Amino acid sequence: MTAPSEGAPATAVPTYAPGELAALAARHGLKVSGARPSLPAYVRQLWGRRHFITAFATAKLTAQYSQAKLGQIWQIMTPLLNATVYYFIFGVLMNTKHGVEDFVPFLVTGVFIWTFTSSSITAGTRAISGNIGLVRALHFPRASLPVALALQQLQQLLFSLGALTLILLAFGQYPRPTWLLAVPALALQALFNTGLSMAMARLTAKTPDIAQLTPFVLRTWMYSSGVMWSLDHLLAGDRVPRAVLLVLEYNPAALFINLMRYALIDSYTWDQLPPLAWAAAAGWALLCGVAGFVYFWKAEETYGRG
Amino acid sequence: MADDRNTPGDHRVPTVVVDDVHITYTVNGARTGRGSATSALSRLTSRRRTPGARQVHAVKGVSFAAYKGEAIGLIGSNGSGKSTLLKAVAGLLPPTRGKVHTQGQPSLLGVNAALMGDLTGERNVVLGGLAMGMTREQIRARYDEIVDFSGINEKGDFITLPMRTYSSGMGARLRFSIAAAKSHDVLLIDEALSTGDAKFQRRSKDRIKELRAEAGTVFLVSHSNKSITETCDRALWLEAGTLRMDGPAKEVVKAYEAFTNRK
Repeated sequence: MTAPSEGAPATAVPTYAPGELAALAARHGLKVSGARPSLPAYVRQLWGRRHFITAFATAKLTAQYSQAKLGQIWQIMTPLLNATVYYFIFGVLMNTKHGVEDFVPFLVTGVFIWTFTSSSITAGTRAISGNIGLVRALHFPRASLPVALALQQLQQLLFSLGALTLILLAFGQYPRPTWLLAVPALALQALFNTGLSMAMARLTAKTPDIAQLTPFVLRTWMYSSGVMWSLDHLLAGDRVPRAVLLVLEYNPAALFINLMRYALIDSYTWDQLPPLAWAAAAGWALLCGVAGFVYFWKAEETYGRG
Repeated sequence: MADDRNTPGDHRVPTVVVDDVHITYTVNGARTGRGSATSALSRLTSRRRTPGARQVHAVKGVSFAAYKGEAIGLIGSNGSGKSTLLKAVAGLLPPTRGKVHTQGQPSLLGVNAALMGDLTGERNVVLGGLAMGMTREQIRARYDEIVDFSGINEKGDFITLPMRTYSSGMGARLRFSIAAAKSHDVLLIDEALSTGDAKFQRRSKDRIKELRAEAGTVFLVSHSNKSITETCDRALWLEAGTLRMDGPAKEVVKAYEAFTNRK
């Protein structure tokens, strides 16, 4: 089978001594292809691709509803419909609004802010596996993909915030200086989401099965973060140990949601936030942002294999 | 041409050195589906190999050196590992064993994956260009050239319509035009010469020649022996993941033809 066919030259394939080719490459200063760049170089490459990242995010966002008759109106309709559903189930049927002032703004803020984190994570699980063709065809820092998808979610959130503003106005919440606190709160959350999205991208690139488990984890996380109800009210009294309460209150999703509530809703006051809420939120954002990025970069050269 | 490959004291400059490269794929779910959440969990925790996973040894120890100014054709029957090897040279598919050394960043002439059918041709030109690492200014400067080259607007204002409304030929033409808009150090082309009608094929062949002149080295994967002998001066013949022959394009194609006819 391996014998050369008749007429072929005897030396069909040149043979190289061990190390000969490596020496040739070294002599002419060739670099190993597909090697992982250093962390600073990687950051520079990623920055160099910022226009691709924004273009990719915007393209994904507009492509989403381009086949629908109402087109981009769905960007704002979808969050509004979501809020309506949650209001019907949790506000009317289950009556969790009992004892919560301004329940509708409270609920809608919770749902939108939670959706920002959960959909960033879900998008992260598909960042590499859903764009494997792109990863196998073109050269770019792979972190562009999870970052672009997290950015797409941020753009989506801005549409939701438009809807949220309408709802807030309709329920008698008028703009005041604390609304400006929404900016740092969202910036921290975006950093947190991007880090988590990158971590998920690496995990699912190696083990696609994790994408199947993510929805269950997310749902558990949502119900324990006080998205549709007030954690304070639910956990009032001695029914729940103090430690559990602390864990629930300082979990990043609950922190980001409650910081936004504090920023936007009059009746949500500073003493409803746990102590050092801003410091804790910033800590989570930095920890996840940096760790997620480094963790993703560590496997840079393996994406697209297998 | 063939003999100077092993000449000692080589004055030629290597651009790509492939040193004993092996590539193994792991394919998940070859037999079974992904299974339920609980079975997935038990697999994750036990870290055992998934039951459906299979190893595919696509490239088995290939070595060669390519030099500046060469155009190298890769031939071999389907599934012989040509495209896989090309992706390894591009640094897109890391070798399992062995090393690929390159001068500069080799790029694959493949922008298809970055384009989105729901976007207009116009926006895809920008997106594709950015994905290939062009700057916004470079894209703006070449935009008209890309659209003219693709011939998309010859029959009306198609560039402002979503790409999914294009015929397959039109789509292929636009994709090639975007991909060919950038010049590269080492250019890797995978079966790009067979898109579009006769007129467009002639135009793309000319463009490939230009790209060859600009690039240091060109690799071409093709099933058309004619385009290999026309465009390349050297050829590599891969069969079942191993390098079977490396030499002047005409000789290698002749041996390959003898091999395929015999089968």
